Amino acid sequence: MTTETETNELQDLATSVFSDADAEGSGFDAALWSTLEETGLARLTLPEEVGGSGAGFVESAVVLGAAGEFAGRVPLVETDLTAGWLLHTAGIPLPDGPLTLATADLDVDRTARRAAGTLRRVPWARSAAGIVVLAGDAVLLIDPAGVEITDGTNVAEEPRDTVTVDGAITVAGVDDRVGSELRLRGAFGRAALLAGAARGALTAAVQYAGERIQFGRPIGRFQAIQQQLALAAGEVAAAQSAVAVAARKIDRAGFGDAEVQLAVAAAKSRTSEAAGVVARIAHQVHGAIGFTREHRLRLTTTRLWAWRDEDGSEAEWNDLVGRLALEAGPAGLWPMVVGTP
Amino acid sequence: MSLPALVPPPIELPPRVAALRASVREFLQQELEAGLWTPRADVWLSGWDERFTKELARRGWIGMTIPTEYGGHGASPLDRYVVTEELLAAGAPVAAHWVADRQIGPSLMRFGTEEQRQKFLPGIAAGEIYFGIGMSEPDSGSDLASVRSRAVRVDGGWELTGTKIWTSGGHRAHAFFALVRTSPPDEKNRHAGLSQLIVDLRAPGVTVRPIPLLTGAHHFNEVVFDKVFVPDSMVLGEIGNGWHQVTSELAFERSGPERFLSTYPLLSALIGELQGVTDPGIRRQVGSLVSRLWTLRGMSLSIAGALEAGHAPELAAAVVKDLGTRFENEVIDAARLLVSIPPDPGAEPGFARLLAESVLHAPGFTLRGGTNEVLRGIVARGLGLR
Repeated sequence: MTTETETNELQDLATSVFSDADAEGSGFDAALWSTLEETGLARLTLPEEVGGSGAGFVESAVVLGAAGEFAGRVPLVETDLTAGWLLHTAGIPLPDGPLTLATADLDVDRTARRAAGTLRRVPWARSAAGIVVLAGDAVLLIDPAGVEITDGTNVAEEPRDTVTVDGAITVAGVDDRVGSELRLRGAFGRAALLAGAARGALTAAVQYAGERIQFGRPIGRFQAIQQQLALAAGEVAAAQSAVAVAARKIDRAGFGDAEVQLAVAAAKSRTSEAAGVVARIAHQVHGAIGFTREHRLRLTTTRLWAWRDEDGSEAEWNDLVGRLALEAGPAGLWPMVVGTP
Repeated sequence: MSLPALVPPPIELPPRVAALRASVREFLQQELEAGLWTPRADVWLSGWDERFTKELARRGWIGMTIPTEYGGHGASPLDRYVVTEELLAAGAPVAAHWVADRQIGPSLMRFGTEEQRQKFLPGIAAGEIYFGIGMSEPDSGSDLASVRSRAVRVDGGWELTGTKIWTSGGHRAHAFFALVRTSPPDEKNRHAGLSQLIVDLRAPGVTVRPIPLLTGAHHFNEVVFDKVFVPDSMVLGEIGNGWHQVTSELAFERSGPERFLSTYPLLSALIGELQGVTDPGIRRQVGSLVSRLWTLRGMSLSIAGALEAGHAPELAAAVVKDLGTRFENEVIDAARLLVSIPPDPGAEPGFARLLAESVLHAPGFTLRGGTNEVLRGIVARGLGLR
């Protein structure tokens, strides 16, 4: 458990690293990535023996929040929380550099160490040093040099590529609990990015409302604008709080815990719900200029629209939460929401 | 530019509260099995039950944070939080002691004299002394600084004239803190010249008149002062410091579990009506409500932790009340649309009656404790917009 001071120092470091990066470029930000590696932020939660910093999820939420707020062009969730973790869990040595993850049904021949098939919407595949796949109970590490990659993107222009595999792999087996933890890890990471991007969009809107003069005064002086920004701030606060609470619970109990499953599901659901509201209000306050490519607002709002549907939309996670609530029944719902103690 | 922190860091409750929570649940279960009350919506306004209040007091669950030398239990606000959220979630009748327990005890500890503490705190902790709130007036709602009730200096105290309104439980409570003008309004400083007086609601010159709610039920009152004498010993804090005293308590009042649990008994009954349902659309709507509830509780607890550490996170408290009271309304809409049972105030205890109570009480959720529009103004100020 880290102290508040240490968390604040990490916050300052992460803010400084991500706010200095060139968010308006396209594709993988190699300069930012090397800074993240030098500062130990690239593999923050992985253990030290695989080149990680051995930090917890409260810290991870802080760093991912900054990555989202300043629109960092790097596969941080994939390298640290999902693909890197999956390789480590399977006992496969981690290659250096950024990693990416896919979950798919490939034709895997474990004896011959070969796989074939197509992976769709793989984040940052064109820039990854290793493509990690969970195929049933097999973890595969695929060298990007031996695959065919067709470029694609999400609505934020982040790479989401199609990868055609037909060749050699490194493979190891894992037990069937790994899949559910992997899903929770991805959702947590994406939720933390969303909370950061929501804060970034709100910050831009508040700043713009203070600068834009209409009817002889800054538009932020009008109650109509103030009320909208206050609603957006409420959504950002809820998103940040949900992620922070989930992070605390993960650090305490680990992903196998039932409370943590609810926490991550609720956090991804709540951040995805907040994303649309915050993006809508940020654009409304900016007027037409925010709707143009020349304005930076798109860096956070397009990510809000992309990330709210990645690693499970609110509909998918609410389906799980709803199922848990209905199973708990009228008497069990409250204990479920409260958890322990 | 950089925005302020919108929400304090999260806390987790200390392990010791598990036993306390279990005791409260066991007690509530016994009361329910004995049929002593039935779960209702908005119980902190409507559930006046002095027997229940005294039972809670007997178990040490009222005035928990009041020091032991004043008859309290010297417990942490987090222990009180656990008891409060359990009572509200169960729809238990907590109205009799609500105001005294939530804000009068802490205010007396902060601003009260030794005599005032001795006079009221032991009775509050025993569940025998009940308080109302004396802030709003017929011409002063959101604009509280415009209050016109006036106290003039007389020998040995103050003579009070004016009218307070929306005083919940005023016809049963023993006293309230009245926010009154003790010197004429100053246009340059609207918050100056206000003071808090502890007014005995049975004193000569006090008239309490009912104001029935939409439902016809009597919870609200108008309290009229006609030359009511208030002795110097019943001035709370300092003369002229009333505005500061009143507003410094608002973060406590706005972020508690009562700001998102007023319709929890309806949500629980909704889950009961939906048992066995396999429609994914319904499951998702239930999931959305529960995810929102889970998030609100986390935010509310973070603020409780910050308050305990001596901070006053005003912006975050305003956010919880805005989001929380809207959530209370969202529960009503989900219940209406997911289950084809119309609201029925005369029904047996259960879904239809809870839905009726929730519908008819809902307008109050987003008004009391500062309207949501006023709260968004506070958030906007926190963002640097005003």
